[in-house]
Amino acid sequence: MMEKWEDNRAWYLVLPVFVVVAFSAIIPLMTVVNYSIQDIFGPGNAVFVGTEWYEEMLTDKRLHDALWRQFIFSGLVLLIEIPLGILIALAMPKKGWGVSASLVTLAIPLLIPWNVIGTIWIIFTRPDIGLFGVWINSLDLLQVPFDHTARPLYAWITLMAMEVWHWTPLVALLCYAGLRAIPEAYYQAARIDGASAWAVFRYIQLPKMRGVLTIAVLLRWMDSFLIYAEPFALTGGGPGNTTTFLSIYLVKLATGQFDLGPAAAFSLIYFLIVLLFCFIFYQALLNVGRGEKIS
Amino acid sequence: MGLLLEGVDKIVGREIHLKDIQLELATGSRTVILGRTLAGKTSLLRLMAGLDKPTHGRVLEDGRDVTKVTVRKRSVAMVYQQFINYPSLTVYDNIASPLKLAGIPKTEIDTRVRRTAAMLHIDNLLDRLPSELSGGQQQRTAIARALVKESRLLLLDEPLVNLDYKLREELRVELQQIFQQRDAIVVYTTTEPAEALMLGGDIVVLDEGRMLQVGPTAQVYRRPATTRVAEIFSDPPINFLPGKVHQGRAHLGKDIHMPLQQHMQGLAESDYTFGVRCNHLCIAPSGADDIQLRAVVELSEINGSETFIHVVYDGHRLVIQHNGVQQLKIGREVPVYVNPCQFFVFDAAGRLAAAPGEACRV
Repeated sequence: MMEKWEDNRAWYLVLPVFVVVAFSAIIPLMTVVNYSIQDIFGPGNAVFVGTEWYEEMLTDKRLHDALWRQFIFSGLVLLIEIPLGILIALAMPKKGWGVSASLVTLAIPLLIPWNVIGTIWIIFTRPDIGLFGVWINSLDLLQVPFDHTARPLYAWITLMAMEVWHWTPLVALLCYAGLRAIPEAYYQAARIDGASAWAVFRYIQLPKMRGVLTIAVLLRWMDSFLIYAEPFALTGGGPGNTTTFLSIYLVKLATGQFDLGPAAAFSLIYFLIVLLFCFIFYQALLNVGRGEKIS
Repeated sequence: MGLLLEGVDKIVGREIHLKDIQLELATGSRTVILGRTLAGKTSLLRLMAGLDKPTHGRVLEDGRDVTKVTVRKRSVAMVYQQFINYPSLTVYDNIASPLKLAGIPKTEIDTRVRRTAAMLHIDNLLDRLPSELSGGQQQRTAIARALVKESRLLLLDEPLVNLDYKLREELRVELQQIFQQRDAIVVYTTTEPAEALMLGGDIVVLDEGRMLQVGPTAQVYRRPATTRVAEIFSDPPINFLPGKVHQGRAHLGKDIHMPLQQHMQGLAESDYTFGVRCNHLCIAPSGADDIQLRAVVELSEINGSETFIHVVYDGHRLVIQHNGVQQLKIGREVPVYVNPCQFFVFDAAGRLAAAPGEACRV
């Protein structure tokens, strides 16, 4: 017989997790909250300022610009990487030696550290020694020679290329896993029904990839929203401020100008934006295409 | 008129999936393909559907060669072991999908979908998504999708295998009734002899890609052509005992020396394999004709209201199907009774030499 006893000793089992979470998340977060509501002049010399930093940040023109830039960047990332990833997954071989060959090839970009990717692409696109930079300029097609440090558009193109090259494989691998999980019988049933290749994609493959696509969209959104290393390595946010995304601006504010109060308020706003959008995407993907009509 | 498979082989790489298939299925017929796993049942269905092309041989539909006609242009519906439905479409749209793709007018689609759904008792679930249904309801939806087309050929590939026991019984009875109302060619594969017997019609016993026997289901059950057919078409497996006929008596191991009576009359002197189904072995005498043998209990396996008693007789394992729950001590010697008229007799090559006659059927 099991004996039942009543006390609160189960707490001891939860305690280690609580301690780890406290040190890894709660205490750092509360430090930031602490900074965001005080004006700190030095150790032991702080003034409580309430929501002043929040108000300052929410009306800061440069933050608004950075935020828009960030939305456009992350939006473009999703618009390019998700369809491209699906296409690559659909085109990948289903059996034979080609499977492992393409899986390994796809995995290579994912294994390279962020700032190394930055360095690779900077060298690749440099107008004086870079393979791509020299080649594109030798064609003499562009009115202004390609130089990612000189023109905002070129900086953006380089950044997008870097980001797409680095992370589309992740989307493709997730989609490939999703596709492989569809039993062969689904395709047979569709053939017997006389369904077209588009109908197979639309009514079998896409719905069956819902789960992996949700993960892909969330991961790519969060990660691209937090992008730092690539623009930092490329131009440090330039030319001008044209690649100053939220995290670049945040770091400039916090460690460049040492405005810890506003930077802390900014961090919390930033955190809430990421959280909010993840929630929206998750809800949207959970409900999209439920009970739709075949056309 | 119907479907004719003529000398069909299917060879993939160096593996033989099907060999020498010669089969005629009449319109309105019901055929069960019985075989163990990997016997080639699914391969055969795929060939009939036109999903695969045979390596050799021809497929004819009403005398017309359709070997090279793609599945899209044939009138086929298929139900699979897995529950295959379009995941993002409701039950209604799932059932309607083959009709919509065929370009049938909306009002006709509506009546046909509702009629088929009612037949399968899912008319109250038409607005649900497949993921919101139980396994049985999902398979009903898939069957409705296949039936709604009213195709010439209806193929069912072990459709009840993934359902639990109770649902399986229920759906099996319903399917049997539905098939009777159809004038399509219905082909149904299964690994279970009981299912084959219940569905009736004709049977094709398939083993390692070859057809072993074809005929009306009950007749094949009564007269299996070879030991292999008897094995496949018995669940629990049939018991075999080697024996010989000598001077008008059959000798099977140490205890059985029976005179040749009834169907065994006229057996020539030779070595034979004697087969007897588990339900014909008893641990209590059931009639005056019964002969007795003594065997040692190895295991009593209780299965619902029955017990399978595994015994060893003269070095050979036998299984007794006992009606009722019986716990026998392992290692104990028990008398086992059998009526001699229940013996199947196969010759040295494994071909049927004598089968129990009408008189002796219990």
